[in-house]
Amino acid sequence: METQQFTLDDLKRILIEGAGAEETVDLDGDIFDEDFEHLGYESLALLETGGRIEREYGIVLDDDILSESNTPRALIDAVNAQLGSGSQAA
Amino acid sequence: MNAVVVTGLGVTAPNGLGVEDYWEATLAGKSGIGRITRFDPSQYPSRLAGEIPGFAAEEHLPSRLLPQTDRMTRLALVAADWALADAGIQPQDLPGFDMGVVTASSSGGFEFGQGELQALWSKGSQYVSAYQSFAWFYAVNSGQISIRHGMKGPSSVIVSDQAGGLDAVAQARRQIRKGTPVVVSGAVDASICPWGWVAQLAAKRLTTRDEPSRAYLPFDGAADGYVPGEGGALLVMESEESARSRDARIYGEVAGYAATFDPAPGGERPPALRRAIELALEDAGLAADQVDVVFADASADPELDRIEAEAITGVFGPEAVPVTAPKTMTGRLYSGAAPLDLATAFLAIRDGVIPPTVHVTPSPDHAIDLVVDRPREAELRTALILARGHGGFNSAAIVRAFA
Repeated sequence: METQQFTLDDLKRILIEGAGAEETVDLDGDIFDEDFEHLGYESLALLETGGRIEREYGIVLDDDILSESNTPRALIDAVNAQLGSGSQAA
Repeated sequence: MNAVVVTGLGVTAPNGLGVEDYWEATLAGKSGIGRITRFDPSQYPSRLAGEIPGFAAEEHLPSRLLPQTDRMTRLALVAADWALADAGIQPQDLPGFDMGVVTASSSGGFEFGQGELQALWSKGSQYVSAYQSFAWFYAVNSGQISIRHGMKGPSSVIVSDQAGGLDAVAQARRQIRKGTPVVVSGAVDASICPWGWVAQLAAKRLTTRDEPSRAYLPFDGAADGYVPGEGGALLVMESEESARSRDARIYGEVAGYAATFDPAPGGERPPALRRAIELALEDAGLAADQVDVVFADASADPELDRIEAEAITGVFGPEAVPVTAPKTMTGRLYSGAAPLDLATAFLAIRDGVIPPTVHVTPSPDHAIDLVVDRPREAELRTALILARGHGGFNSAAIVRAFA
């Protein structure tokens, strides 16, 4: 079975599609370990983002994953774990 | 006496974006009514609307707000921004609990809701946006304005169809009297999408004509229903004390208000619009002959026109006060209509001119002095604004110049 990789670029694209981007935040900077809150994405924006990831990648994310993944790195790792690759985001 | 005054106006209307654009168009008799362009209306019995052309939300609002807002909310957020700028208020400089938001809504964000319903039935529940939880909701304009500007004071929404626009302003006035210095109030409605359209058609009060200049003809013998529109106005309302402390420019005062409810069909009591006017005059402490102009609700339903004309002549006498319906250039904006009329009344008082009712040949059956075709110069201090909502709501507000 082919393993798919969920990357930071994928996450950024989905964040922007689903929730837009804060004008004062540079998503192209080093945001791996920035708090989602600092990036301008509150819980509802993450819920929307999680829903879009689930649809696109055909996976199911536990509600806990969304509420506990405070940073892009944590969410990317969680998604990749679901995708079966188990690989690190970076 | 601490009056409640208006210091800022923000307008999004089918015939003008922004206060001065709208006012210039309105005095020129420029109508924003035309065949619907936002969807193909050919299969529906009514095909005309007052659409706002050339509104590009991304030019005015951050991208974070776009995926979570209906067109109605985008228009409302921009109108609120403009009203605050007009008032010279920078919300970030004021204590959050000193500012509130009270808007009215008639239908909520129908276009957003339609998109999510389509996603639900065609693709499944996992395709419904998380933002559907509030983006369609009646209170969403109040909520989004409040969040955007950090306005943490009393906030609410009033739902009473077209009367709601005045009811919201009255609720804002109450909150200011209770101690909140600044309240953003008014309403913007917009539901010109297929779902919104069939909901409006259900009331069976829309004209089925196709010629824009022969379609919405209140107080005309040819009246056969109205044309709906989108848009409205938001107003910055303040206590006199707050406005004076900032040396603000004051458009005028919200001097009086009353609401009544019509009796059930077939009941013994008369229609209650006249009573609303009388109570609003009483609230303002004014006699009928002190009112200089009436902004009519102007439903263009022959029976409702008759009731309104009789209410006006009953209070003021036959042809005793100029009456106008500039909404003949925008269509009926539901909850947005009366706040736009309030804004228009303040501009009329400022410039000493009554904007016209367009395309209408007044029926001799109505003994009202309708200002038709072109603006009429007049010294204006006091205006009465009327609004009626489907199902029996009547509201009347009185604004006046503020010395």
